[in-house]
Amino acid sequence: MIKKLAKSIREYKKPSIITMILMVGEVLIECLIPIIIANLVNKIAASEETGLEMGYLLKTGLLLVGLAILSLGCGGLAAFTCAKASAGFAKNLRHDLFTRIQGFSFNNIDKFSTSSLVTRLTTDVNNVQMSYMMIIRTAIRSPLMFVTAIVMAYIMGGALATTFVVIVPILIFGLFFIARKAMPAFRRVFKKYDKLNESIEENVRAMRVVKGFSREQYETKKFTTAAGDICKDFTKAERIVALNGPVMQLCMYINMIFVLIVGSNLTISSKGADINVGQISAMLTYGMQILMSLMMLSMIYVMITISLESMKRICEVLDEESSLHNPENPIYNVEDGSIEFSDVDFKYSHRAEKASLSGVNLTIKSGMTVGVIGGTGSGKSSLTQLIPRLYDVSGGCVKVGGIDVREYDIKTLRDSVAMVLQKNQLFSGTIKENLRWGNENATNEEMIEACVLAQADEFIKTFPDGYDTYIEQGGTNVSGGQKQRLCIARALLKKPKILILDDSTSAVDTKTDAFIREGFKQYIPETTKIIIAQRIASVKDADMIIVMENGCVSAVGNHDELMQNSDIYREVYEQQIGGGDFDE
Amino acid sequence: MSKGPMGGGHGMPRGPRPKFNPGTFKRIIKMLFKFYPVMMPVTIVCILFSAVTSAIPAIFQKMVFEDIETFVKGGDWELAKQTILPKIFILIALYVVSIITVTLYNQLMVFITQGFLNKMRCHMFETMQTLPIKYFDQNKHGDIMSHYTNDVDTMRELISRSLPSLLQAVVVVLSVLGIMLYYSLWMTLVVLAGVILMAFFSKKVGGGAAKHFMRQQKTIGKAEGFVQEMMSGQKVIKVFCHEKECNEEFDKVNDELYNASFRAHGFANCLGPIIGNMGNILYVVVATMGGLIILSNIPNYSISALFAGGATALSIAVMVPFLNMSRQFTGNINQVTQQINTVVMALAGAQRVFEVIDQQPEEDNGYVTLVNCEIDADGNISESDKRTGHWAWKHPHSDGTLTYELLQGDVTMTNVDFGYVADKLVLHDVSVYARPGQKVAFVGATGAGKTTITNLINRFYDIEDGKIRYDGININKIKKSDLRRSLGIVLQETNLFTGTVMDNIRYGRLDATDEECIEAARLAGADDFITRLPQGYDTQLSNNGSNLSQGQRQLISIARAAVADPPVMILDEATSSIDTRTEAIVQRGMDKLMEGRTVFVIAHRLSTVMNSDVIMVLDKGRIIERGSHAELIALKGTYYQLYTGSFELE
Repeated sequence: MIKKLAKSIREYKKPSIITMILMVGEVLIECLIPIIIANLVNKIAASEETGLEMGYLLKTGLLLVGLAILSLGCGGLAAFTCAKASAGFAKNLRHDLFTRIQGFSFNNIDKFSTSSLVTRLTTDVNNVQMSYMMIIRTAIRSPLMFVTAIVMAYIMGGALATTFVVIVPILIFGLFFIARKAMPAFRRVFKKYDKLNESIEENVRAMRVVKGFSREQYETKKFTTAAGDICKDFTKAERIVALNGPVMQLCMYINMIFVLIVGSNLTISSKGADINVGQISAMLTYGMQILMSLMMLSMIYVMITISLESMKRICEVLDEESSLHNPENPIYNVEDGSIEFSDVDFKYSHRAEKASLSGVNLTIKSGMTVGVIGGTGSGKSSLTQLIPRLYDVSGGCVKVGGIDVREYDIKTLRDSVAMVLQKNQLFSGTIKENLRWGNENATNEEMIEACVLAQADEFIKTFPDGYDTYIEQGGTNVSGGQKQRLCIARALLKKPKILILDDSTSAVDTKTDAFIREGFKQYIPETTKIIIAQRIASVKDADMIIVMENGCVSAVGNHDELMQNSDIYREVYEQQIGGGDFDE
Repeated sequence: MSKGPMGGGHGMPRGPRPKFNPGTFKRIIKMLFKFYPVMMPVTIVCILFSAVTSAIPAIFQKMVFEDIETFVKGGDWELAKQTILPKIFILIALYVVSIITVTLYNQLMVFITQGFLNKMRCHMFETMQTLPIKYFDQNKHGDIMSHYTNDVDTMRELISRSLPSLLQAVVVVLSVLGIMLYYSLWMTLVVLAGVILMAFFSKKVGGGAAKHFMRQQKTIGKAEGFVQEMMSGQKVIKVFCHEKECNEEFDKVNDELYNASFRAHGFANCLGPIIGNMGNILYVVVATMGGLIILSNIPNYSISALFAGGATALSIAVMVPFLNMSRQFTGNINQVTQQINTVVMALAGAQRVFEVIDQQPEEDNGYVTLVNCEIDADGNISESDKRTGHWAWKHPHSDGTLTYELLQGDVTMTNVDFGYVADKLVLHDVSVYARPGQKVAFVGATGAGKTTITNLINRFYDIEDGKIRYDGININKIKKSDLRRSLGIVLQETNLFTGTVMDNIRYGRLDATDEECIEAARLAGADDFITRLPQGYDTQLSNNGSNLSQGQRQLISIARAAVADPPVMILDEATSSIDTRTEAIVQRGMDKLMEGRTVFVIAHRLSTVMNSDVIMVLDKGRIIERGSHAELIALKGTYYQLYTGSFELE
């Protein structure tokens, strides 16, 4: 998993490595400075009898200042290279994620919820960025600190340094034991905590329902119980981690006592020949440094484990293989707008018990106007989504222009089959920018032409900014009917061979709806038009009407035939047209 | 995890630049003591004690060193042992005490921190439940959420880490300052000057970091917005083969975010090396200054000199310990500056939390309550604690008497004016009379004020002018929860809760049996599809029922309202996503359920409202036509135009 993510570092390997090198410099200087300072103090202390040598003091002082500036240089530079490396890594990761998502098929999209994708792209990447920064700064620093401190301790303290042979393993064992014990507990709590936050969100969103049913107290009780439960778990996990400090101190104290007893014994017994006071005090300093670097290492360990969950979620997206692939030798030309379904079965996922479509056989000639009606969940949308190959069939085949859709280049196919989705969307930007989604190079005349055909030109002209009117995110500043007409215009700009409207005029008044259909008939007669609708009026005049029920084609025919043969059709018709005073 | 309590997600809380607000700080401390009157003082004592015990051993260490120096020439360990070992034993004892206090306060701190955060969350949630709908309409849901995720979590670090370490640092800094003054005034001033310089630099660098962090937060918001829009429109992108363009656009936002993030973290990372090395340089400066003072024989003012009676010359014997002190001093100052960021961030978070807690709860001066009742043969009403199928308004009067008014569902609005914001009226002079058992429909374009009317009946908002009466009682006198209990509402935007389908239906009436829930589902026309779900009524719903279609969600929410069996029902576009055939089934069920009760229907689909007793046509907050379907058709006005399709709704 880490290997997979590391691939996204790319051009930021350089700053990462530079950071580590700079860290080496910083650590070396940091280890050097205490030695010089110790020497300086000794010298000053020794000069009590001989008098102070100002020259030496200044010289050492300058050396120290030089070293400090060098260290500052290393540290400061590393601060930025490391920020660059981690921010760059995060950038690449986001880029890779976004690109991967763009390659998803509808099937893949259905798997992830929008909000979960957004979290992955933002907070999860952020978590990885933070731990990456931590790692490149300290992963070199701490072990290096550890090693130099041990080496120095041996040089300075000789035999005394053996104490670390005992202390260090104890501490390592202690710290990692704590981390190992705490981590699973934390992971469990985090999951619960995420759930709690989800339930808060649910509550906020549904506040009208909560208040409408006077369920405030019920909700509060539910929340308090869940929150209390989490608090208990958190406390448990945190209490284990809180042992870190005391364990660390215990080791430090044991080290000090040992050094003091053995050190003073050795010094006095050998009359200061084997070891002296200065060395004992150095041993104490290095002991501290060794333990500190171990503490840092255990913190890194904790940090990585915590961001592991984020990494896992990112990898889930990166590992998701698109379920639709372009064929080997794709066909780049769609002959005409004829469509054929033969023995089509379709399930949204392998695991689905119920097939969304089964045994569908249809032949639609190029240029026909086809109406599709049926109840919620009868398979109308599923049927049409197979034509631009938004999903692949589970059995049988769908042919466009006489050729199986799976043999076309996907882009070619989708450019020839324009689909206005039921859950449609405009993007923030001007009307023109939105229309250009259909055809990037569309001229103003082409855009106006499409809008006239979709009955959108008229209302666009009433806007003060006309075609340059800015559409807010989600198209909130135009009405539902206007939005639908803009979406139709956008699809028309593709000049498609097949046009599919999935309940795309539901918010448009019946008269305008009729105008749109009339326009289609006159101006794009060669285009095959498939219209899914709830309103009988929208499909009544179609060349062919398909009645769907429970994933099967229940009846096919024109209006008059269906009035004769199809009970469902007749029932819907009577419901909507009612007593006959409908004057269309 | 992202929203995890480690707070790794967002470096800085949103909103204006965080400012140190002493009031907020005081309030947190006060609350800590209030919640933990015993634990908190104990913890503080432990912290102080551990600070002291970590300082004292240095003295004994020094004593041991001195002993070694004295005995080293003799070389007799047996003799030296007698002097050295007792001191080491005292040291061991001190260490033991120190470890005990450290362990104790670390453990206590965990309890306090987690407990405090939990109390804050619960307190906030409880307050939130009492807030008026207005609050939820005016604040973005994401923003409300961030109170629970980002803001509360910022306080975690503050309490668990920053407070103890600040407390310790203050103790150490003060005592070291005292000791330094004990040795030499001039040199102390040198150290202080250095510290002021350090503070200046850390403010400059920290400020730079803060500026870029703000920019980072802003671009994160922008990126999040972009991603959100693209992800939700992903299918449209696919249909138009627009993937490449999206990638390019995203890269632009992504680069911007990278630039801000790189600078912000760069500055923040700088702080440590800068302060640390300034400490080193300060050390050199102090040593040099000390040397100069000694050589030039400037009189040394100090506390020790004060006792000795006047200034003495600075000696090397003073300078050595002083240098060690100055190192300890700057080390602790460094520790304080490292905590400042956390503290400022936590206070900003806390302030936002307190803003929620301090919100005014929904006002409710109602005193008329809804009770179950029994009616005897003479028509007398008596209260009952069982569910009888009859309800009555229990109306206490100022003279101490009680009257019971049978609940019938007679709702009248007289000359109601209303605006969500002052001086922008949404409803003008609206009068509606709904007799018990009537079905009253509202039609009109988006923004005509249909939903506003229902918001007023259940008092999500209160009216400006005019009167609303329920069975003749002014609704301001009715207790809000009872008023709402008597109204079943099905909203256009369906909200289901995590849990089984059964749980969701039972939400309407918590004591409903499984049979009653299933019966309600049957009435709502939902039973059919529910039984076809993999686990039937036990199917788990999550993410607002994302595994169901919009129409199915609406059916469940109708069943939820049906199980509550309310005397008055409000259906706000409740069947908009249900196909007309199923809608007819639902309508038959609802008509049966609501027989003899009042129903308000809002719809833009005319087939939904056609069979209503009265249809009100709303336009720009005014009722422009009213009457039955036949009457309105005969009128040949707006309704007629709508009906014949020459007029567009929404």
